[in-house]
Amino acid sequence: MSGAADREAVFPTRQSLGLMKAKLKGAETGHSLLKRKSEALTKRFREITRRIDEAKRKMGRVMQIASLSLAEVTYAVGGNISFQIQESARSARFRLRTKQENVSGVLLPAFESYLTEGNNDFAMTGLGKGGQQVQRCRETYARAVEALVELASLQTAFVILDEVIKVVNRRVNAIEHVIIPRTENTIKYINSELDELDREEFYRLKKVAAKKQRDNAETDAEMKQKRENQEALDREAGESAAADDSAPADILAVDEDEDVIF
Amino acid sequence: MTSQADYKDRQFLAVIGDEDSVTGLLLAGIGHVTAPPDAQKNFLVVDGKTDNATIEEAFNRFTTERKDIGIVLINQHIADRIRHRVDTYTAAFPTVLEIPSKDHPYDPEKDSVLRRVRRLFGE
Repeated sequence: MSGAADREAVFPTRQSLGLMKAKLKGAETGHSLLKRKSEALTKRFREITRRIDEAKRKMGRVMQIASLSLAEVTYAVGGNISFQIQESARSARFRLRTKQENVSGVLLPAFESYLTEGNNDFAMTGLGKGGQQVQRCRETYARAVEALVELASLQTAFVILDEVIKVVNRRVNAIEHVIIPRTENTIKYINSELDELDREEFYRLKKVAAKKQRDNAETDAEMKQKRENQEALDREAGESAAADDSAPADILAVDEDEDVIF
Repeated sequence: MTSQADYKDRQFLAVIGDEDSVTGLLLAGIGHVTAPPDAQKNFLVVDGKTDNATIEEAFNRFTTERKDIGIVLINQHIADRIRHRVDTYTAAFPTVLEIPSKDHPYDPEKDSVLRRVRRLFGE
């Protein structure tokens, strides 16, 4: 956590705070999902590696048996048939088909072998002698090739899974060590800025209130002063008025007239 | 990753090997020769006289140029001769498979894939 250095370039507003919080939540969800995906793939990967190890050893044995049967053919035919076979190869009888398997969103191809019907390039091989051995040898080799095809599928899955696991782990680490800390930092930064603004605002309000109070006190004092002055004036005026208001007082203060009756 | 089109029509195997291995595998019926104008075989027989450039060229042809090959089988002792090329080959398709030959027993330590397996498990 390197403080202010590692955060996103956003303005510290409430809106971006909301955005960042949503982003953090998304990153955490994504992290847990990816982690689970990586674990599922790794489990599969370990299983495949174990099977590859077994299949490779089995292949060693199978190929040994196969070459032994080829040696039998050479012995039975009494000469080298390889040239003849190489020249008569035309069209593949043994072919591959690929199908897919889905492992947590990763498509793993798998090879499947099949024999095409009807074309036999080696119908004439071993016609003179050793036909049985040739036939047996073909079967042995066909079995060997099947084992090889199985191994090839495993190996392909291994290569692809290896790559995918690397990518997924890279993402998991990126989220865990870069995106989440950075988003948290940004949230912290926005919060601190917002707090700062709040404090500023509060201080400003306090200042305003204080000023208002002072103003009010001043006005009050002024008013009081004025009122006092006024009162003093009034009093003075009252005194002087009391002196010369005998005439009207006389008028008003005369005894009640008799009621006039018509 | 790999798209469907990448391996949909890969239906052949290819072999680079000594005479016996190639003969046996051809007997199993994997041999294929493409149509006459540029008749390309999907196998290469390597003997003492074959030089490394030829092997490498065949390896490149099977792995990168031809799009109809799904698995390349190569004898381990021949893979050793172009080891740098085999080790740097990491694509998923076609799959390169090292097979033992009659005169050279299988050595798991040399296999490029098995070595990766071992490295991953830290052995």
